Amino acid sequence: MDKTVNQKAWFLVLPVFAIVAFSAILPLMTVVNYSVQDTFGNNQFFWNGVGWFKELLDPSSDLGERFFASLARNLAFSAIILAIEVPLGIVVALAMPRHGWTVALCLVIMALPLLIPWNVVGTIWQIFGRPDIGLLGYSLNGLGIDYNYVSNAFDAWATVVVMDVWHWTSLVALLCYAGLKSIPDAYYQAAQIDGASRWAVFTAIQLPKMHRVLLIAVLLRFMDSFMIYTEPFVVTGGGPGNSTTFVSIELVKIALGQFDLGKAAALSIVYNLIIIIVCWVFYTVMTHAGADRDNNPGSA
Amino acid sequence: MDNIAWMAWTAPTAIFFVLLAATLAVMTWLAVAYPEAERVGILRIPTTRGDRLFLSLISAAVIHLAWIGFFGSDPLATLPIGADGLELSSLWLATALSLLFAVAIFRNV
Repeated sequence: MDKTVNQKAWFLVLPVFAIVAFSAILPLMTVVNYSVQDTFGNNQFFWNGVGWFKELLDPSSDLGERFFASLARNLAFSAIILAIEVPLGIVVALAMPRHGWTVALCLVIMALPLLIPWNVVGTIWQIFGRPDIGLLGYSLNGLGIDYNYVSNAFDAWATVVVMDVWHWTSLVALLCYAGLKSIPDAYYQAAQIDGASRWAVFTAIQLPKMHRVLLIAVLLRFMDSFMIYTEPFVVTGGGPGNSTTFVSIELVKIALGQFDLGKAAALSIVYNLIIIIVCWVFYTVMTHAGADRDNNPGSA
Repeated sequence: MDNIAWMAWTAPTAIFFVLLAATLAVMTWLAVAYPEAERVGILRIPTTRGDRLFLSLISAAVIHLAWIGFFGSDPLATLPIGADGLELSSLWLATALSLLFAVAIFRNV
């Protein structure tokens, strides 16, 4: 590549930069300031150096133990919902109609869960799962399954995972559907002439064509599940015990519950760093995968 | 100053952000004065100077955190500055390592 890059158009972004400075950059700087100090409120701060970071990264301290435990829970949660939502979304997208009035109907129904605010989703499932008045909880217990998300850690996890799958699988499905719609009919006709099996059509035509939207879906779902707060907070409150306390719930507990701004700031910075790294990797893979295909179309 | 007391500025964090802003300003000036071409390095992705700076900053953060996690920040030496001397944290080694790493990134990535 020998074409020089002209970045002068970035100056047009200055107005947005001013807004972002007030809404994000100044608060972020403040978080950095807090992370090296301790406070008892009233804007009185005491220098603590990297003390909070030391505690945070030491699994034998209280803060470190809570951080690593909630991080492990959060990664497990993200892995589980991705393992369910991505294949399920693909299957749903493949099963959706391509022509006729049912397309619109399907799209509207699929979009409904996406339009419901997080706290409402949490409240719906909190009541839905209750053993005394909830349809799900009452029915499960009626079937002889001892289900109670308030006292049983496994039930709490199952509820939070199923809730997330219910809420967000349609996003994956809609993205995949958009990817499928962009495949020209000629590909399918060629496959038919070759006598390709349904599975061969899926692996050789549909999956490669969905590659990029799937990457976006995985990125969106990973980020959203990695910063999940409202839904598990409303349903389980992070319990029973700490079993569904994810990183953001732990963060709010430390920052607003205990008012340990220094510890919370250190945790936020490390949390943010993880997210930036993951985003960069996904973004690079995404743009790079596209560039690869543009350069040698034969391989795609 | 009372109305920004909540921001809890300290001299070290202020220096940190001033250096960061200066770096970005220099990079902006470089981009305008000496437009550059993307190049493909050992990561086999096209990168600009800005990408390489971003990678350097992120790696610096990771290197410092890893250093704190594995080695802590025990004093390395005491410089004869001031009445009690100025303690030099071992974390400065992580800073040196980050700078070396940044140079490597700018040359090879």
